[in-house]
Amino acid sequence: MTDHPIGKPVPRKEGRKKVTGQALYVDDLSFPDMLHGATVRSPVARGKITNISFNGDIPWDELVIVTAADIPGANYVALILNDQPYLADGFVNHPEEPVLLLAHKDKYLVEEAHRNVRIEIEELPAVFSLEDSLAKKQIIWGEDNVFKKFLVDKGNVDDAWASADLIIEGEYETGAQEQLYIENNGAIAIANPAAGVTVWGSMQCPYYVHKALVKLFGLPDEKIRIIQTETGGGFGGKEEYPSLIAGHAALLAWKSGKPVKIIYDRAEDMVATTKRHPSRTRHKTAVTKDGKLLAAEIDFVIDGGAYCTLSPVVLSRGTIHAAGPYVCPNIRIHSRAVATNVPPHGAFRGFGAPQSIFALERHMDKVAHAVGLTPEEFRRRNFIHEGETTATSQLIRERVDMDHLLTRALQLSDYHEKRERFARENGANNGGFSKKRGIGFATFMHGAGFTGSGEVYLQSVVSAEATAEGKVQILAASTEIGQGTNTIFSQIASEALGLDFESIEIVQPDTGRVPNSGPTVASRTSMVVGKLVESAVLGLKQTLVGSGLLPPEYNDADFTKACAEYIAKFGSLKTSATYQPPPNVHWDDEKYQGDAYGAYAWAVYVAEVSFDELTYEARVEDFVALQEVGRVLNPVLAAGQIEGGVAQAIGFTLFENVVWKDGRMANNQMTNYIIPTPADIPPIRVFFEENPYAYGPGGAKGIGELPMDGAAPAILNAIENATGVSFNQIPLMPERLMTAFLT
Amino acid sequence: MLITFNVNNESRTIDVFPMARLLDVLREELHLTGTKEGCGEGECGACTVVLDGRIVNSCLVPVAQVNGSDITTIEGVAHQDQLHAVQQAFIDHGGAQCGICTPGMVLAAVDLLNRNPQPSEADIRNGLAGNLCRCTGYMKIFESVVRAYQK
Repeated sequence: MTDHPIGKPVPRKEGRKKVTGQALYVDDLSFPDMLHGATVRSPVARGKITNISFNGDIPWDELVIVTAADIPGANYVALILNDQPYLADGFVNHPEEPVLLLAHKDKYLVEEAHRNVRIEIEELPAVFSLEDSLAKKQIIWGEDNVFKKFLVDKGNVDDAWASADLIIEGEYETGAQEQLYIENNGAIAIANPAAGVTVWGSMQCPYYVHKALVKLFGLPDEKIRIIQTETGGGFGGKEEYPSLIAGHAALLAWKSGKPVKIIYDRAEDMVATTKRHPSRTRHKTAVTKDGKLLAAEIDFVIDGGAYCTLSPVVLSRGTIHAAGPYVCPNIRIHSRAVATNVPPHGAFRGFGAPQSIFALERHMDKVAHAVGLTPEEFRRRNFIHEGETTATSQLIRERVDMDHLLTRALQLSDYHEKRERFARENGANNGGFSKKRGIGFATFMHGAGFTGSGEVYLQSVVSAEATAEGKVQILAASTEIGQGTNTIFSQIASEALGLDFESIEIVQPDTGRVPNSGPTVASRTSMVVGKLVESAVLGLKQTLVGSGLLPPEYNDADFTKACAEYIAKFGSLKTSATYQPPPNVHWDDEKYQGDAYGAYAWAVYVAEVSFDELTYEARVEDFVALQEVGRVLNPVLAAGQIEGGVAQAIGFTLFENVVWKDGRMANNQMTNYIIPTPADIPPIRVFFEENPYAYGPGGAKGIGELPMDGAAPAILNAIENATGVSFNQIPLMPERLMTAFLT
Repeated sequence: MLITFNVNNESRTIDVFPMARLLDVLREELHLTGTKEGCGEGECGACTVVLDGRIVNSCLVPVAQVNGSDITTIEGVAHQDQLHAVQQAFIDHGGAQCGICTPGMVLAAVDLLNRNPQPSEADIRNGLAGNLCRCTGYMKIFESVVRAYQK
């Protein structure tokens, strides 16, 4: 019998394969007669394609060449607005836009051929910044360059300004960020009219790829099969983009009749695939002289790039999180996602929330200073509690104790002692000592699962199937991308059935075999899909008990015997569970009011920094991450999520600078786009508060995205504490710090 | 060009273009796909192998350079079913998440412990500084290395 695996540091299910090099990623697979594919891309940002020529000493008749004209179905990536073509058809809207595809069995010849395709384009004026897009310098998308806008309106902001003691305004910006999973994007396809299309690839969401390829080929659902291979990190970067590369490989396979593999190298992956949406947020806040929030007006804008892709959903999450874990009677949030001629920005851990939370948590420090309160005291006067409502008027029905979280996080980080000591030491004239130190924090929340009615629309399904040997197989499209899906699902099933952890098997996500449990995104896999795993396996148990083959109290041997007998009698034993929303969840898509998320995780992050006055380098010296995430299902995996997210957020704040040149990433190499190394990361000290969530499996809430939210504002708040200078843009590179202190 | 070298204690002779990257020869000619490509320019360490007792980025090594050499890849770290202490620690203490940096990280950690059996935290940070991980934030990797040498 089980020893109750939930809450225990059960080792990663596929850990052995990973530490021995036996885990097979897409580039580790090969098929007989396989060709290697390449993507020829637009050299400019915007214009009309006037000519394509094939030059050089290349045996062109040996190459498979695919253009838009070869597409058997619809030339768009089916997602939300279906505005992004698989291959440009006469017109390009961003640098590196795919124009044509090549394949040959000799991958070096494909590279050579790639260099000898010349795409001539009559260039048109392009837009490269969200300011220029908002100003309609050129109309490059639709009537007004706006993909999507939202308005959240609570109370009456306009009437509140007059009664305010103080009105404080601020503007905040965040940059693009590359997901930089260490495994580049890749796919292998086999495709022909008789058998249909099968794709193996590195991906988060097999059914997204499935939906897109059904349209691309104009084939029925059952003729498209998508199989996820071991995936070397995603972070959102393999949410929507794999639909494109899978389609490209499949188009080449369809035309050639042979298996085709496309693997991006790092330079192509960085220059051509999605990044985090750059953002600009303006805050205008009314407060009383004793520091109570009266009204907040927030203008949140994200740069979506050339096509809509997922921008409306990213904008939605950023909008809903823009007002944070505070009570304010009057709030207006106006948000827009706008078009520019850069490669489409896309999903990246946090999904709009890190951008709007950065702005809010910098602004909260600014308002506190203006009112004459400490950042701590100002927040304490405005925290949300059970029974109060968020910006979307969502009534908080769970116990929320931000005061306690803040008290504990400040203790864990020695905040008060350090605040005093650093002020003393920074002020002292200490000769050659050139480092200043500071400490700052951010308080925030992150909603788990899809926004609003999203989970209801998704109608996710998980199945469980028993074998005659007493094994229980979990069938779900939710992918293991490093975060621990295999292990968490096994823990949940093992706990629910009272069976040994090793009795649970996770079936490889394959749309030909597993139901659609929804995309692996939005911190939903443990909380939402995990609950379906629990329901599905409990269905197996009920069936066996109901059939009289399994006693209500049983051991592993009883279970195996009952499975064998049931299967001998009825042929198979499989049950499914479909998503049911928790009670009292209501969402109004029109007014953007209601229960935005089923549950929120709550957190306080504290950063200690040093600032070197000689090199202008800001460095994080210590980091405390305290969060309430419902029940922790696996403490090692959960802490691993937080530590990894915080490290990625430190990169977002201080290291990772996408340099744009005419809409193209100029530093598309690991040599000059710098992510944190083992030498750069401070001790990341992770602490959990547990408050079980009634509708999550074992009481769990989502955590995957949460750690991306709080580090950036905490670090900049700490830098302000160290230097006395307020910075409101990230990434905050040494060059920018130097400029601020030299001028 | 004919090249002979030992891989994981097995002598191999192959006919290969001398400037081919060792990484490609291992993966494509010898089907040792545990060695990964992350960046192709020696920044990320996913392609780490041990060459004559020193860790190298196999994406930067032309195969002509390894004639007569001894190479250990991730496939050669465990002894049959017996995992190396570093591998076991990575499983037990969360040192591997997505797994793509893991082969290189394990080899770098084994190399570090071979040279310095009881490294300080700073030694561990420096010893692994050539290997990038995007999942873990490195904390559990450091812990795995400490647990491995404590065994």
